[in-house]
Amino acid sequence: MAVTLRIPTVLRPATGGRATVDAVGATIGEVLGSLSQEYPALTPQLFNDDGSLHRFLNVYVNDDDVRYLGGLAAPVVDGDEVTLLPAVAGGASA
Amino acid sequence: MTRYESVLEMIGNTPVVNASALSPNPNVAIWVKLEGRNPAGSVKDRVAISLVEAAEREGRLIPGQAGQTLIEPSSGNTGIALAMVCRLRGYHLKVVLPSNVSIERRQLLLVWGAEIVDSPGSEGSNGAVRMAQTLAAENPSWVFLYQYANPANPLAHYTHTGPEILADVPEITHFVAGLGTSGTLMGVGKYLKEHKPGTQIWAIEPPSGEMVDGLRSLEDGYIPPVFTDNDGANLLDRKVVVRPKESIEWTRRMSEIGLFVGISSGAIMAGAVKCASLIPEGESATIVTIACDDGWKYLSTGAWTDDIDEVVERAKRIIYF
Repeated sequence: MAVTLRIPTVLRPATGGRATVDAVGATIGEVLGSLSQEYPALTPQLFNDDGSLHRFLNVYVNDDDVRYLGGLAAPVVDGDEVTLLPAVAGGASA
Repeated sequence: MTRYESVLEMIGNTPVVNASALSPNPNVAIWVKLEGRNPAGSVKDRVAISLVEAAEREGRLIPGQAGQTLIEPSSGNTGIALAMVCRLRGYHLKVVLPSNVSIERRQLLLVWGAEIVDSPGSEGSNGAVRMAQTLAAENPSWVFLYQYANPANPLAHYTHTGPEILADVPEITHFVAGLGTSGTLMGVGKYLKEHKPGTQIWAIEPPSGEMVDGLRSLEDGYIPPVFTDNDGANLLDRKVVVRPKESIEWTRRMSEIGLFVGISSGAIMAGAVKCASLIPEGESATIVTIACDDGWKYLSTGAWTDDIDEVVERAKRIIYF
């Protein structure tokens, strides 16, 4: 499955400044795994030491938080848009 | 009851209105609880009185004693509600407020005599929380109620909002609310899971846009302790983010059924509509959602009257959750 990832400003230093990146995988775990292989500097910002999703990183498939869709096992299909966003306090500006 | 000794007695017991005319699914009812009916104008009245009364029980605040100062970070509604409560109790309130909230929010704080401490708008609520933490540490005599970590915040919703919802809409299947401090979702969510097992709890997350761009590092991220203390990751069934344009569109759509509500209420309604559209064919559901405040504080944004694309651009620069 080929998906498009949207990279937040805070992570772009690790993607050579790219705001969107294409990646492949059948699950969010596979997509993020392929992303971290292509951009190794991203790895500590994607995953905790135990391999789980970084606690301050929220990952959305088409606006749905993957933590409630099975986490790293959440499935993706061709054309999905995967958005990475840092966790911030409620009351964030629009 | 319609006769009260004090404005504080008027907090809570808000009405719920049928908004199913806006549901995209004929088998899904949507009910909206109108928190703008609280005396200081928002759901945060419940939180403010709960925080202050808990501090009074603990002896951290003494009603009527001169020279007591509170400090609290707020993007608006908590500050406004606390300002009203503090005025009645005789406490001085300092509100750490991001500089990019709507002008009406700022003015309402002054109505009840709060002192505003500006935090950088580019850092949003994260910045206000950080500044309040620093100021509270530097001034140990100030009382820092810290709504993001104080159990009295979700408790207000566990003991009042949740029971009110279940009493008024016993057929509820889904509760949909906004994720700010997470107090509403944790308190109502826990109550509903205990008293109506199987109720789905959905969080609507505001779009985070420019503010997130101001983060220097992922480690500057923030998860409210109220969320982690209540095992929010297990309590919630789903979390969806809504876009600024959807928020404005649904704020406007709500006026079609006579509801003049704030922009966050439109955002949450957009989430409720998403939820309704995902209920499988042949199944029915009843969604209860929250309108956190009324529209008055957002008139200056032109949300109802100006060109929607201009409003969306403007809304990206103000804090409305």
